[in-house]
Amino acid sequence: MPFQNTMGDYQTRQTLETFGFLPPLTQEEVFDQIAYIIAQGWTPGIEHVHPDFSMNHYWTMWKLPFFGEVNLDHVAAELEACHRAYPDHHVRLTGYDNYTQCQGASFVVFEGRR
Amino acid sequence: MSVKTYDAGVKEYRELYWTPDYVPLDSDLLACFKVTGQPGVPREEVAAAVAAESSTGTWSTVWSELLTDMEFYKGRAYRIEDVPGDKESFYTFIAYPIDLFEEGSIVNVLTSLVGNVFGFKALRHLRLEDIRFPLAYVKTCMGPPNGIQVERDKLNKYGRPLLGCTIKPKLGLSAKNYGRAVYECLRGGLDFTKDDENVNSQPFMRWQNRFEFVAEAVAAAQAETGERKGHYLNVTAPDPEQMYERAEFAKELGQPIIMHDYITGGFCANTGLAKWCRKNGMLLHIHRAMHAVIDRHPKHGIHFRVLAKCLRLSGGDHLHTGTVVGKLEGDRASTLGYVDLLRESFIPEDRSRGIFFDQDWGSMPGVFAVASGGIHVWHMPALVTIFGDDSVLQFGGGTQGHPWGNAAGAAANRVALEACIKARNEGRDLERESREILTDAARHSPELAIAMETWKEIKFEFDTVDKLDAG
Repeated sequence: MPFQNTMGDYQTRQTLETFGFLPPLTQEEVFDQIAYIIAQGWTPGIEHVHPDFSMNHYWTMWKLPFFGEVNLDHVAAELEACHRAYPDHHVRLTGYDNYTQCQGASFVVFEGRR
Repeated sequence: MSVKTYDAGVKEYRELYWTPDYVPLDSDLLACFKVTGQPGVPREEVAAAVAAESSTGTWSTVWSELLTDMEFYKGRAYRIEDVPGDKESFYTFIAYPIDLFEEGSIVNVLTSLVGNVFGFKALRHLRLEDIRFPLAYVKTCMGPPNGIQVERDKLNKYGRPLLGCTIKPKLGLSAKNYGRAVYECLRGGLDFTKDDENVNSQPFMRWQNRFEFVAEAVAAAQAETGERKGHYLNVTAPDPEQMYERAEFAKELGQPIIMHDYITGGFCANTGLAKWCRKNGMLLHIHRAMHAVIDRHPKHGIHFRVLAKCLRLSGGDHLHTGTVVGKLEGDRASTLGYVDLLRESFIPEDRSRGIFFDQDWGSMPGVFAVASGGIHVWHMPALVTIFGDDSVLQFGGGTQGHPWGNAAGAAANRVALEACIKARNEGRDLERESREILTDAARHSPELAIAMETWKEIKFEFDTVDKLDAG
């Protein structure tokens, strides 16, 4: 039965919400998403956590959200700095939307090692 | 000092209820009906009859009317308009004083507006097209137990539509096999799975057993994926006591979301359940079985935009809206109109989308629009464009029909969704570049590649039965 030979097996993975099913974003692709967040009028923010605690609602904030920031390089540099300071932590980028009082975007940029 | 005298007999409705000079108050509840009268009856008389029969009037004058101020309480037909492209019908606009309705009672509003009047002999057809609920009345209703933002925060889902799937076959699975199907979908990348609306508590799967197995499936999938998951546990029941019993048990099991069928279950049950959900911190998914009986005929019944507004007031965090692109009825402009009515806080009159009145919801939370029925990965770019982030996209056959099973089907949908969101955020045109975006994404996802191959030829292109009226 050729069917048996081609049947694939889906392996469950830790996917950590939005963009978890895409290959890790390249630096350029992360830039595009930062640009999107800023273009929506949202405030970029950075959070990190040890992988053992990734299900917690609250990850630790890296500094304060970057209110009024329009320079993509600054946000990218902060992501790098957070990753260097906590190399084994997950690091995610959020976009705070003060109109809806919600987050318009949130995705993991660096995955920590367990 | 009374100035009126009692004059028994039958008066023409228009003497009292046709008031073309009336300027509606901000506190009036306004309704637009599409009316098809019996031949030979003047439009004003028919319009006035609708106003009378849906408010204070009856067919004969009665003496006790003189004990109150009918001018204060009566409904008024204040405008008549042609229906574009239809000579036999017309629109009538009616204003009802807010004191005709009990506060916070969708049941009461509908009993008046779509009660006896729909069987009235002077009418051939009657359709309630839209209601403007005054803000003063909106504030008496609780509305959605949580709303879009709260649900996103509870479930940690940001920047994209949520993904769901109705477990199939809809009837006949044992509770343990059913939980298996749930687990496979959730571990594969869906945010939600859903009880089919027909699944209540049948002999093949009693509700307690289903709830317990599903709870284990949800917990396992959450632990393995590091994502929050849920299954809409259908608590629709034969009577309110059993409905609440099922809801309580779902909460005891730590489940985040339950489900109700608001039209077959009824607005009384729905409003009560929504209040229970607010009190108990549970999300509420709403299905709309029986809606097409009421809303599909273009000249008779109630348009779905009215049923959608009524649900937002009665309470629900999700509501099915049709897909525009799938197997079920739905005109694009009209669907977008009532999707806005579910989610936005102010929706201006826009006849090109079937919206007859400005609607101000004040601070009432919004409802997720649920697109479900006959959709698959190829529809993803169009769905993201049409519905935007604040929606739940539900692929039933499009998940479980995958040749490798539910988990692979779920992963295919999730990859397609995330590829579309990423592309949209990068400024690409999803509908024009859909093939390229999906093909690129499939390079790193064999699950998506197989899904694209499986459903490449399936389309549902039938003409819509209920179209917007246009010349």
